Amino acid sequence: MGVKAEPWQKAEIAGPKKALLMLKPEVVVAMVKRAKRPILIVGHLAAEDYSDDVKMIDYAIRMSKTAGIPVVATAHTVSEFVKRDFHSAACMTAMDIGNRLTDSEWKGLDGGGSYDLALFMGLPYYMEFVILAGLKSFSANLKTISLDRFYNPHATWSFPNLSVKDWDESFEIIVNKLGGK
Amino acid sequence: MHVKIDELKTNVGLIKNLELSIGRIVEEKWAEPMGPTPFPEITTLREWDMKLLQRYKPFYLPFCDVCCLCTFGKCDLTGDKRGACGLNMAAQSSRIVLLACCIGAATHTAHARHLVEHLIEKYGGNSPLDVGGLNIDIEAPVTRLVCGIKPETLEDLEDALDYCEKQVTHLLSATHTGQEGSNLDFESKVLHAGMVDQVGMEIADLAQISVLGFPKADPEAPLTDLGWGVADVTKPVILVIGHNVPSSVGIIDYLKEKGMYNAVEVVGICCTAIDMTRYSPSMAKIVGPISWQLRFIRSGLPDLIVVDEQCIRADSLVEAQKIKAPVIASSSKNCLGLKNRTESPSEEIISDMVEGKVPGVLILDPEKVGEVAVETVMAVAPKRKKFKVIPEIEEIIKAAQECTQCNECMRACPNNMPIPEAMKAAAKGDLNPLAEILESCVGCARCDSACPNDFPLHSFMVKAGEKSLREEKFKMRVGRGAIQDVEIREVGGPIVLGEIPGIVALVGCANYPRGGKEVAEIAEEFAKRRFIVVSSGCAAMSMAMVKDEEGKTLYEKYPGHFEAGSIINVGSCVSNPHIAGAAIKIASIFAKRKLRANYEEIADYVLNRVGAVGLAWGAMSQKAASIASGFWRLGVPVIVGPHGSKYRRMLLGRKDIEKDWYVYDARTGDKVYAGPAPEHLFTTAETKEEAMVLIAKFCMRPNDTTKGRAIKLTHYVDLHKRLYGVMPGDIHLFVRNKADIPITMKNEILKILEERGWKEMRIPDPTLLPRLIRKRKGE
Repeated sequence: MGVKAEPWQKAEIAGPKKALLMLKPEVVVAMVKRAKRPILIVGHLAAEDYSDDVKMIDYAIRMSKTAGIPVVATAHTVSEFVKRDFHSAACMTAMDIGNRLTDSEWKGLDGGGSYDLALFMGLPYYMEFVILAGLKSFSANLKTISLDRFYNPHATWSFPNLSVKDWDESFEIIVNKLGGK
Repeated sequence: MHVKIDELKTNVGLIKNLELSIGRIVEEKWAEPMGPTPFPEITTLREWDMKLLQRYKPFYLPFCDVCCLCTFGKCDLTGDKRGACGLNMAAQSSRIVLLACCIGAATHTAHARHLVEHLIEKYGGNSPLDVGGLNIDIEAPVTRLVCGIKPETLEDLEDALDYCEKQVTHLLSATHTGQEGSNLDFESKVLHAGMVDQVGMEIADLAQISVLGFPKADPEAPLTDLGWGVADVTKPVILVIGHNVPSSVGIIDYLKEKGMYNAVEVVGICCTAIDMTRYSPSMAKIVGPISWQLRFIRSGLPDLIVVDEQCIRADSLVEAQKIKAPVIASSSKNCLGLKNRTESPSEEIISDMVEGKVPGVLILDPEKVGEVAVETVMAVAPKRKKFKVIPEIEEIIKAAQECTQCNECMRACPNNMPIPEAMKAAAKGDLNPLAEILESCVGCARCDSACPNDFPLHSFMVKAGEKSLREEKFKMRVGRGAIQDVEIREVGGPIVLGEIPGIVALVGCANYPRGGKEVAEIAEEFAKRRFIVVSSGCAAMSMAMVKDEEGKTLYEKYPGHFEAGSIINVGSCVSNPHIAGAAIKIASIFAKRKLRANYEEIADYVLNRVGAVGLAWGAMSQKAASIASGFWRLGVPVIVGPHGSKYRRMLLGRKDIEKDWYVYDARTGDKVYAGPAPEHLFTTAETKEEAMVLIAKFCMRPNDTTKGRAIKLTHYVDLHKRLYGVMPGDIHLFVRNKADIPITMKNEILKILEERGWKEMRIPDPTLLPRLIRKRKGE
């Protein structure tokens, strides 16, 4: 069965270069494993959306711990990380981290060099849409992944529009398989 | 020059009673010598712009990868590609921002032109400008700064308007295919458009304040009624929508003239409503901000709708027809396809509308609008019987039961509101989720358009929220206009020294991510912290739409004086230059910097010394873009809400790059590291919490005294800890010496400074302009 690569907000048309669909969560695992310097950017919706029991931010923490991916928490999301006893998230606005990722000279949060893969979750859809567009055009060596539940066409890879259940299951697979890194 | 000749014999014959008017004699009325940049052309201030742009570099966020502005295209500009014309994505992105700012500047300038011409025709070109009597000497700070003129009468404003129109034309021409090719030069032009926009807006407000008797820099301007529930709907109701007030004035004047004070209810939406209450706070009422249009029209409460210009829904006529309310369009910029009946006898027009022969008319004469609107509404109201298109609860439940949960409504909603879930609840008879959505709804009705079943979902929400809508009764302080010179004298020192922690301007439209209450929350947070909070436009209304436990709104709780801990409404969109003007007057009145055509120096002063920040939490329009760019060039940073990311370009500093933050010490000429203050010129905040932390941070300036910096740091650290749960990671960049550290936070901050290898810094007399260095080394 085919899956349509259709932006969640229907008018958000990207242009000729659209995100590749990640029909299997293993794509994320493979990309993270292949990346030399991945980074995970987590917006405030990661702590709000989702089911009552599990929130995206919990997956973010598990991904970070499992695969050693550094985390940037945008807006006030850092407080949610701290509440969960996760203290290593850097705090930056979404625009600041987006802007730094376009700078090939930027040495990263730890001074270890520029990043080659940026994974996004929890930003408002339209904000992530334009930030990913900026990175697509102005960050030649960076690949981007949208981990949100909705197809975001300016990313390099994106999930299609998923049900909460499918999305949840995808994250379980990602976190479990990243453990093998 | 005016020449009158009673009788003139010429070769062609005898000419009698010849009168000639040629231009105007310009009399020098301002003793201050002309500054360096009168009536600056588009490249005059380019050097200043490049200084800003070197520090605050553009971060581009294109909507789309293609350019489709000419027939070469569409051209794919992704990555390092160039279009057929040679333009790349960076330049194209700047070009889009310039187009937006040209639209904004043209709109305000055209608004001003219309107002000035109308008022000259009605009151005469020699009508004096008076925005604050003896309390205001600098009546037009922006115009004086930019143009180098001191306007005294209505007709004096035309010189500045001519200038604005010329500049907008030049700027717009730069966006043509094959013109400007550099992104930074596009950005410089964006800043120019913003500056011109400030002049246009100032002229509009100056003219209407002076001639129409609006409050003149009055800190105690009266409170007025605001909210859906304030309208007495037992009367015929005229609803006015837009920004340009003459037609509303025409209505009120006609009611006054005919002694019909109590016969008709006049209510408004958006900035026309604000300006109408400045004209007559007792007769006019405000329904709400721009997003209240559809809900109020569909409720059937208005019996007649008068639209002027700007921010009016393009389907206002269609919506009005649904409730059988006639429409009067009153602006040449918004004719709605209606027949121009300006020259028709009033009786004929009224009869045509009352009998339903026409859905509406175009009338380009404000006084005639007044007469026709009042007489028509008196006849139409009894016939309409408040006919509405809001469905009954049973209809909503039935529709909800038929809803297929296709999600199209949610995918069309700008805020991704869970409308399908609310419909699920509605199917079971629970309308509360729909009512909750209405509280955050921006009123766009894209959900209606998207629904494959054609369910009027916005109307469903309005019905669900009907009870609370009816209870909307608030008090808002009428727009006071300018800030008095004496107020500037009193607060200039504490602001520049940092002891008043900042001026926060909450402005702009109502495209909020989670409703307007967030604006009120932000305003109150900073008023309590003894910042000066100023507002205008829809933000000024949203701030009024929250009550405390005692039933008081912010305007009832906080003073309207320009002082620490105040909340001020300056007025409508075109009142924004009073905020810029306050910053300019701090430089001019308090610091005695030369004002006349001295833009660069004043902007340098504001950037380095005046801790002012703009927040446009619901910015939506091109006008908001140009308003913001006027503040950027003047050195005032602007934050927008998350939807503002769709302006597609930020101007961001890099606090991690030390070399970007050096200024000259005007005392010695040394280049001194001054820290990232302000860190950005234009950025997006994702949440209200982030906005509040950024506001506190962006108020820091290189010139702060140690006492002032300690106060500002207290607010920044306190908000950061409360809202983010952690200490700010960049505190070491803002502490220049140990006296900057707030006493109550000393140990905590000293520990961080030690970890970061902090070294003491010098506090300069900061400037970016080498010409302002008083003494160089070796002199």
